[in-house]
Amino acid sequence: MNIVVCVKQIPDPSAPQSLDEHHNLNRSGKLLLDEADTYGVEMALQLAEASSGEVVVVSMGDATDLTGLRTALAMGAARAVVVSDPALRGANALDTAAVLSAVITSVSPDLVLTATESSDGYTGTVPAQIAEFLGWPSVTFAKSLSASENSLTVSRQSEAGYDEVTVSLPAVVSVTAGVVEPRYASFKGIMAAKSKSVEVKTLRDLGITLDQGQAITAVTEAPSREAGEKFVDDGTAAEKIIAFLESVKAL
Amino acid sequence: MTIANLWVVLEPAENGFTSTSLELLSHARTIASSVAGVTWGTGNSQAALAGEYGATTLFCIDVPAQALPGAAVAAAMAGGELPDLVLIPTSYDGRDIAGRLSARLRRPVLTNVTNLSADGHTEHQIFGGTRLVDAHFTTPGVGIVVARAKSFVAISSGGAPATVTPLAIPDLGRRGESSITNRHVEEQTGPKLEEASVVVAGGRGIGEVTGFAIIEELAELLHGAAGASRAIVDAGWVPYSLQVGQTGKTVKPDVYIACGISGATQHMVGMKGSKVIIAINKDADAPIFQMADLGIVGDVKTVLPALAAALRARS
Ligand SMILES: Cc1cc2nc3c(=O)[nH]c(=O)nc-3n(C[C@H](O)[C@H](O)[C@H](O)COP(=O)(O)OP(=O)(O)OC[C@H]3O[C@@H](n4cnc5c(N)ncnc54)[C@H](O)[C@@H]3O)c2cc1C
Ligand SMILES: Nc1ncnc2c1ncn2[C@@H]1O[C@H](COP(=O)(O)O)[C@@H](O)[C@H]1O
Repeated sequence: MNIVVCVKQIPDPSAPQSLDEHHNLNRSGKLLLDEADTYGVEMALQLAEASSGEVVVVSMGDATDLTGLRTALAMGAARAVVVSDPALRGANALDTAAVLSAVITSVSPDLVLTATESSDGYTGTVPAQIAEFLGWPSVTFAKSLSASENSLTVSRQSEAGYDEVTVSLPAVVSVTAGVVEPRYASFKGIMAAKSKSVEVKTLRDLGITLDQGQAITAVTEAPSREAGEKFVDDGTAAEKIIAFLESVKAL
Repeated sequence: MTIANLWVVLEPAENGFTSTSLELLSHARTIASSVAGVTWGTGNSQAALAGEYGATTLFCIDVPAQALPGAAVAAAMAGGELPDLVLIPTSYDGRDIAGRLSARLRRPVLTNVTNLSADGHTEHQIFGGTRLVDAHFTTPGVGIVVARAKSFVAISSGGAPATVTPLAIPDLGRRGESSITNRHVEEQTGPKLEEASVVVAGGRGIGEVTGFAIIEELAELLHGAAGASRAIVDAGWVPYSLQVGQTGKTVKPDVYIACGISGATQHMVGMKGSKVIIAINKDADAPIFQMADLGIVGDVKTVLPALAAALRARS
């Protein structure tokens, strides 16, 4: 089974985040593989290994730094395609999905995996948008999946628990954290990744016109909560909490 | 943009619609002159409920029970005479519908929205709820907005039952090739997490999976619900349905008790609307203390059993 995993390179999430003058996230510096995408990469590798298929990672975004894509390649993906174009800075979810779909069509895989939402954009709509552009079925929020001949069986999270869903291939599936335990890249994998192909494409290569039908008007400071009393436990914390609950009439 | 016609996607739930659906419908009627609901499954029988919360028309889409609704509902809506704006709840199926509809109509979608005004401007939070973003659609055509739970309050308008109008599903091609073969329902006792007036939540600081028992006991003693941080959901200690935060549930109880939770921005965004917050953490510098009304610097392994004992003694 040949699989495309859509992965995003994001600024270090543990560093303070900031916005540029166009209200877009500052993306200068090192770009890491979104942790949310490591699950899709691992799942894809396991499915491909079991069927002697190939895993291709596809990304849209800045290609000035490729640390994140190299991480996916070091885990075992065969190659990467990244669409990078100044016109895509701040691209909305619809344009992102249109771009990714165009690349996916050219790779023509049996399955597309994504995360349920990206750590920096978290619109959570890109997977369904890709599926609609491709005209494929999709299952979002997969917490486990297994493959058979021409279909997948997916446990899909639900409000009440989970549903078992079968979906015919090709399909788009978004996977949750915890679907599999992502591997750490081995030294051999890291060395091999250096010589794997990372193809950089522009919008012109894909022949896509952008939508860009939304804009940010303003970003303001949210009203913040004040910290209240801090009490260092001296053995009476339980009484302190009870008294507090009584004072707010919760007891 | 002014919103004359607004459609609200009403997600079916046991005995009606999900609470988020009714919240959105209640808000819709305060900003638009004409409000319709869109639902699927057994929606026909919910015309009274839709009307009671402000919909004059209820579009019903005949999605088979074993189908995932995303592709079918989006395609049926796209075939109708579209309104100025479609408002969709943030949920598993809601996001599928929004994504599918957006791509089908080539219209952008604004997500994680926590407020929507009559001029079509939306508000959403970034950086863990520390900043508010005001956004809007800039090109003509239907706007698609996905709003988060608890952003609005559900209030009955006492309206008459909505007029039911079927919406046909066009040929979906391969899009519909998925089916639900089995549904697993996790057993649940006590109030629902999103509706409880007290939430006791545990994080990695509870130490191990067995540490969650005391969280559940406290929740029960306080007639509330147990919640969790993502750290212990990912660790497999508790099911995802208990997760509070950006990728989990939004809760706004009267009292939120965070036990062994550091207070990552993605957690706080799901609970900072709580009336009062109590935090118990052994690290005096844990970020959760910055928004706790009562911060206990202490060990959950001693504080929680003592609290449970004191509560038991009172009941
Ligand atoms: C895209 C994205 C989405 C996310 N969505 C969510 C979400 O929806 N919900 C969510 O919760 N997280 C979410 N996270 C994860 C979030 O960033 C944090 O990793 C997570 O909330 C941490 O959980 P925690 O506080 O339980 O664990 P930790 O951060 O490890 O904190 C454990 C705390 O316990 C304290 N502690 C340890 N032992 C004791 C003891 N004996 N007594 C008292 N205190 C003790 C420690 O001092 C520490 O503060 C998301 C992350 C990303 C990137
Ligand atoms: N720019 C991108 N490049 C590659 N994949 C993406 C991109 N944006 C979103 N995705 C994929 O879609 C998922 C959901 O993203 P989002 O809709 O932004 O929350 C991500 O976890 C990725 O798998």
